[in-house]
Parts: sequence; structure tokens; C-alpha cells
Amino acid sequence: MAKTAVLNRKTRPNKAAANPGLWQLRLYVAGQTPRSVAAFANLKRICEENIPGQYDIEVIDLLKNPQLAKGDQILAVPTLVRKLPVPVRKIIGDLSNTVRVLVGLDLRQKS
Amino acid sequence: MSRPTKKTQRSTLEPLEKCPTGIAGLDEVTLGGLPRGRPTLVCGAAGCGKTLLAMEFIVRGIREFGENGVFMSFEESEDDLVKNVASLGFDLKALQRHSKLVLDHVHIERREIEETGEYDLEGLFVRLGAAIDKVGAKRVAIDTLEALFAGLPNEAILRSELRRLFRWLRERGVTAIITGEKGEQTLTRYGLEEYISDCVIFLDHRIANQIATRRLRVVKYRGSAHGTNEYPTMIDTSGLSVLPISSLGLDYPVGTKRISTGVDWLDGMLSGKGYMEGSSILVSGTAGTGKTTLAAAFLDGVCRRGGRSLFFSFEESPAQIIRNMHSIGIDIQRHCDKGMLKIHSSRSSLYGLEQHLVMLHQLVKGFKPKAVVIDPVTNLAPVGSSDEIKAMLTRMIDYLKNEGVTTVFTSLTEGGEALDRTEIAISSLMDTWLMAEMVLRNERRQRRLSVLKSRGMSHSNEMQPFVLSERGIEISDV
Repeated sequence: MAKTAVLNRKTRPNKAAANPGLWQLRLYVAGQTPRSVAAFANLKRICEENIPGQYDIEVIDLLKNPQLAKGDQILAVPTLVRKLPVPVRKIIGDLSNTVRVLVGLDLRQKS
Repeated sequence: MSRPTKKTQRSTLEPLEKCPTGIAGLDEVTLGGLPRGRPTLVCGAAGCGKTLLAMEFIVRGIREFGENGVFMSFEESEDDLVKNVASLGFDLKALQRHSKLVLDHVHIERREIEETGEYDLEGLFVRLGAAIDKVGAKRVAIDTLEALFAGLPNEAILRSELRRLFRWLRERGVTAIITGEKGEQTLTRYGLEEYISDCVIFLDHRIANQIATRRLRVVKYRGSAHGTNEYPTMIDTSGLSVLPISSLGLDYPVGTKRISTGVDWLDGMLSGKGYMEGSSILVSGTAGTGKTTLAAAFLDGVCRRGGRSLFFSFEESPAQIIRNMHSIGIDIQRHCDKGMLKIHSSRSSLYGLEQHLVMLHQLVKGFKPKAVVIDPVTNLAPVGSSDEIKAMLTRMIDYLKNEGVTTVFTSLTEGGEALDRTEIAISSLMDTWLMAEMVLRNERRQRRLSVLKSRGMSHSNEMQPFVLSERGIEISDV
């Protein structure tokens, strides 16, 4: 169930170092709101459809770890940060517009 | 209308609680400080001192009032902030180490942000909240919040979140300063004044005759009286200072005590006792008539009797004044050495009128002189229009009289002008007016001094010839 998934920080730790082709994604949320749940579900679906097996999603709840907002310069939530591959990309919002997420992640060219 | 007219309800009759800023003069203009527990908007164009005001509010809050603070910067990095205020003696690193201050640089890069779907700014709230909790902050500065408009694409979300932010700040009970860039038609470019209605302060930095002047105005202050004028403001090594001088009126204390002019025969011309203490004296005359000398002799007398005095020169350097006075047997070097006399020399064109005023204000406040000389006041003429100079001198005189300082202004009369006319029409502000002139007699130039007026005493109507010799300022026989 998506709900429990949101609360699990770090599903697969440190795989990025072992596998350079891996997409390392970080989703910042503030509490378990419908919007953050939707964002996680959207992200998971987009990844499964486009880069199955090559991604790692880390969910950070700022209500639990407020000090982590500073590191990635988070203001808006939800914010998705693509840590790898570089350059770092940020996508804000509930990720409901799949095309824009793909563009934002560089999975699709801007038309 | 989408904008609801808010009626703030004040449950009790208690006056609004104020939060002192510690910034010289600002607390007087606002009659005690900013509204406690509410946000205040500080706006103005680039370079007007918004960031400095916000930073001083935080740092002085920690150092002078024991209230910890958070400074959230959207523009300058933490390192830049630390460096920029180091010259003011603010050690931000130490304050951070002692858990009194949190600096947070919020950096938004528009290029790397893609927007998809709904979001809010909870991240900002969490961040600010964590910073406030970390040091138990009572004061918050956000500089410049409007950077968000450039960084985030959705203005509608942003506006509703800003409204929520200000409400949140009030709920947290912190006293906050929000800075905003001046807009074309509005106080701030993105209309932040719509959200912050308790207190709005406007800073201005304008250039006239190639000289910059800074001014501060309290645009509004809900629930409190405040000074409404534009107040001259200065930024120097001690930070920002505001001059609340025009709040002074014509109600300074007057006495009948007298103070020697430092020249015996001149005391004699003023009913034997010299100037009135705490009055303003004008010494006018053409070039070379001995105006500066008369003024310096006065300060010499004050210092010899154990009083402090201040020489504010627009023309000569301290060393030059000391040397010149030495040549006529008046040794003012010793007063300088003992710290009784302070000579402040600066070109009049170096600053705007108001900066001179603020500077004088600070010197008088710090040094507490009994007597002041301003030499020559006519050098201010190129710096402002005669109306402005008169207004500035009125403030200066009001201030000095209020402090009980006796002040001698010298004024240069240009050749060809009527001698009893002062260039900037200030004689009406003066209590005593001495005129020095040069007359031709038997192929010789002779100096003469007369008293044109002297309020509150009888005075001589003679034109007294005098010479400047190595023994000082002496009467000469006709």
C-alpha cells in the first residue's frame, strides 16, 4: 500500500555507489498528506513505466527531519530531487502531470 | 473586492507592546520600537540599507535585549552576510556558535525547477520553524522574501502561501522584519504591503547634486503614534542611525547663565559677561577678517575652564587649525592632547546635508561638548538649496539648544555683498550676531568687530577695531 511506502525512508541504501546507472531520487514531503501520497504514487508509477529496476526512491518527511530541508534547498513540498544522474534536477508539485515529470527528469525532450 | 477589510480587534485597552530595535533613533521615531509579535515590512530600492536594518534588528536583539534571532536570507549567502557585517563589529559566527542566531540562506534556482501539479511552501515553514525552535528565537528577519516570485512559477500559490506565512509568524509570536524591493507604483514590487499591515517602514536613498542622502519614513504603524516625517539616516561604522531631530520643538530650556567668549574685550562688548550659555552665535564677515580665530578662541576659553568642545570644520584640517591658532599665541594642541577638544574636519561636499547633521548629532551625543564651532556654515551652500540648508540648520540649532550646547557658526560673506546680509539667510535663527569686517584706513587694512544683535542682553554698539597678533586677539587703538 502506498501509505506505508511513504513512511519508509531509504528503501535500498547505497546502491547508487555500486551501480552508476542507477537513478537516485529523493522525494521531500511534509507529513502524510493526500498530496504527498499522490506524489509518491505518481513517482513510483512513472519510474516503473520508464526506468524499471534502475531507480532508488528515498522519501524524506520534513516534519520528522526538518533539518534536512536546508541541504537540498527545499521550500515547496512535495519536491522531487534527482540526485543522480547529475545535474541535480528539482520538480515541485504532486507529479500529476506525467509529461512534465518526464521532461523534468530528462527522460523526454522538451517539445 | 477580494481584499477583506480587516478590523484588528484589541481585546484590552493595553497599548501595543513594542519591541525595541536598538537602532539609534529608530526606536524614538517609532516611540519604542516595532510592534511585538507581528511582522513589519521594510521596503526601499536597492542599496537603501534594508538588509542592514534587518540584520541590526536581529543582532542588537541578541546583544542588547537577550532575544535570540533567525536571519533567513534569499539573496546573500551565509558567508557573505558574515563578511558584510563584520565591519560593524558583528561576529555572526560567534553568535551562531553560542546558539543565539541561525543564519539560513535560501537559494532558489529557477532553471533547475520544473513544476507539475499542486504544491505548497510547507518546506519553507518547516525550515523557518526548525530554525526558530533551535535557538528559541523571538526575532526573525526575512530578506528579501520577494525573491520567491522570481524563483517559483505559480504566483497564485505563492500569494496564498505568503498570506499563510504572515499568519503563521503571528501565531508563533515572533517579531519579524520582512524586507521588500521598491516597486514602480507600489511600496514593494510584488505588493507585500497588502499582507503586512501593522507597520511599514520605507527607506530612501536619493542623489541630489551628486551627493547621496538617506532617509527613513514610517509609512504606517497600526495602533501606535509615530513620527511621520522623513528622517535623515546614515550608515557608518556603527551601523544604521536615524535622526529623529525634527521631533524637537521650541521648548528647550533657557537660562541666564553666561559663557565667556574667550576674548576679554569681546566679553566687555556683550555686557561684560560674554555669550548666553546654550545660545547660537553667528560670526559673519569677509575673507580674512578673523572669524575662525574668534571661534577657536572661544573653544580655547571653554577648554581652559575645563569644558569639552568640538570644532566642526568644513575648510581646514585639524593640523592646519592648530598651527594657525598657534601663530597667534593660542595653543589648542594641549586641549586636543588632553581629549578636551575634538576637531572634526570633512569637506562639506563629501556628504549630503543630512549626513553632516547626523554626524554632528553623533559627535555631540558621544563627546558631550559644552561648546561647538561650525566653520564655516556657508560651505554647505553648494550641497543643498538655501531652503534645505535653513531647514537643516534649524534642526541642528534645535538639537544643540536642547542639549544646552553653546554654538558658534561662522559665515563667509562674499565681497560685494551687503555686509549685514548672510548668504543663506540664517541670521534670524541666531541669538547673537557678530560681524567682522575689514576697512581701509590710511593705506592700511583694519579689522573691526561689531555686535549686530544679541538677544537677552545689552551690548555695545561700537565698531571695535582689533588685530590678530602673536599675543592673541587684541584691541587696537584707532
